[in-house]
Amino acid sequence: MTDVTNQTQTQEAQMGDYFALMKPRVMQLVVFTALVGLVVAPVGVNPFVGFVAILCIAVGAGASGALNMWWDADIDAIMKRTVNRPIPSGAVQPGEALAIGLTLSAFAVVLLFLATNALAAGLLAFTIFFYAVVYSMWLKRSTPQNIVIGGAAGAFPPMIGWAVATGSVSIESILMFGLIFMWTPPHFWALALFVKSDYGDAGVPMLTETHGRKVTRNHILAYCVPLVLVAFALGFTSIGGPFYLLVAVVLNVWFLTGCVAIWKRTDEDSEADKHAVERRTFIVSIYYLFGHFSALMVEALLRSYGLTSWAGW
Amino acid sequence: MAIRAEHEIHSRRKGRNYGVGLLLLGFIGIVFGLTVVKVLGLTDIRQLERFDHVARPQLEPGALEAAEQRAAELEATSNAEASE
Repeated sequence: MTDVTNQTQTQEAQMGDYFALMKPRVMQLVVFTALVGLVVAPVGVNPFVGFVAILCIAVGAGASGALNMWWDADIDAIMKRTVNRPIPSGAVQPGEALAIGLTLSAFAVVLLFLATNALAAGLLAFTIFFYAVVYSMWLKRSTPQNIVIGGAAGAFPPMIGWAVATGSVSIESILMFGLIFMWTPPHFWALALFVKSDYGDAGVPMLTETHGRKVTRNHILAYCVPLVLVAFALGFTSIGGPFYLLVAVVLNVWFLTGCVAIWKRTDEDSEADKHAVERRTFIVSIYYLFGHFSALMVEALLRSYGLTSWAGW
Repeated sequence: MAIRAEHEIHSRRKGRNYGVGLLLLGFIGIVFGLTVVKVLGLTDIRQLERFDHVARPQLEPGALEAAEQRAAELEATSNAEASE
């Protein structure tokens, strides 16, 4: 016991440990979608201000990740997937994570306000609050719908990017939010169907464990259908266009086919081929989101060169 | 006397200290860059004075005229009361 205590005390946290607190993999999605929201907006932004804005959004997302790790340190220590995170591994003290999370949150929000506008900063502050308090502290351990509502936190970045450029919220930014919001549940539930999780041991209610795998399959399809509608609706706004719609047709047919296949299958089918369809659909879901946002970016590029007008768009 | 490492914590925290140093340099760069962008983006340099959070009616278009009109109205009212 003494040895373990001494080892923990002498372990020195390095920059990498603090960086890991910020969930860099989640930050990648945040940076990409926020950048798309910024680029597709009809109002131009000074490149340096745009860079600072994206940095603030990324740091804000990282700060909420640190606050999440501080709050969830007890369950992270139980689950295999999270046991090596900086706090349960002993590299970073919980108090440090809290201090870093709060400081970076304030830093990101204030700097975004000074660099851009109050709406963008307010949305970032709300996103951090939503992820750290509403999702982590409240919903995560109390309802199997945690992923659905918590997914909103991941859906805000393109809306913030749009607000940075325009200073407003519009149907385009709401639909970009809706695309990520509706995409999150089928994406994570497809993963939950083939990954053996220990959420149950940690006391976190996951739909696969609280309501069973059949209900989860139903839910995946139930969220996929409105997701398709949102994806196509985005194509008919000012940021959509023929290229986006072409990409959307391909990706939505691909993903919807996978969701229907998951819905039709039984657990016996799934076990027999080692969850091949669930795995494939999960991978497709990643291409799905990346593809839609990339297509929006390409549309913005085409528009800037006047190449969409020939199609009468 | 030259500064030299006297404690093992200097070598143990070397990476961390360099990291913090780089972050602070980056922060300075961001603040400087934002300042340059904001100042160069001003169409009228007098707008800069608005950022000191002090009310400057003379900088607001029409504010001076409105203040003069209000003063004239007040004067007219007080004259009317005096004559009664």
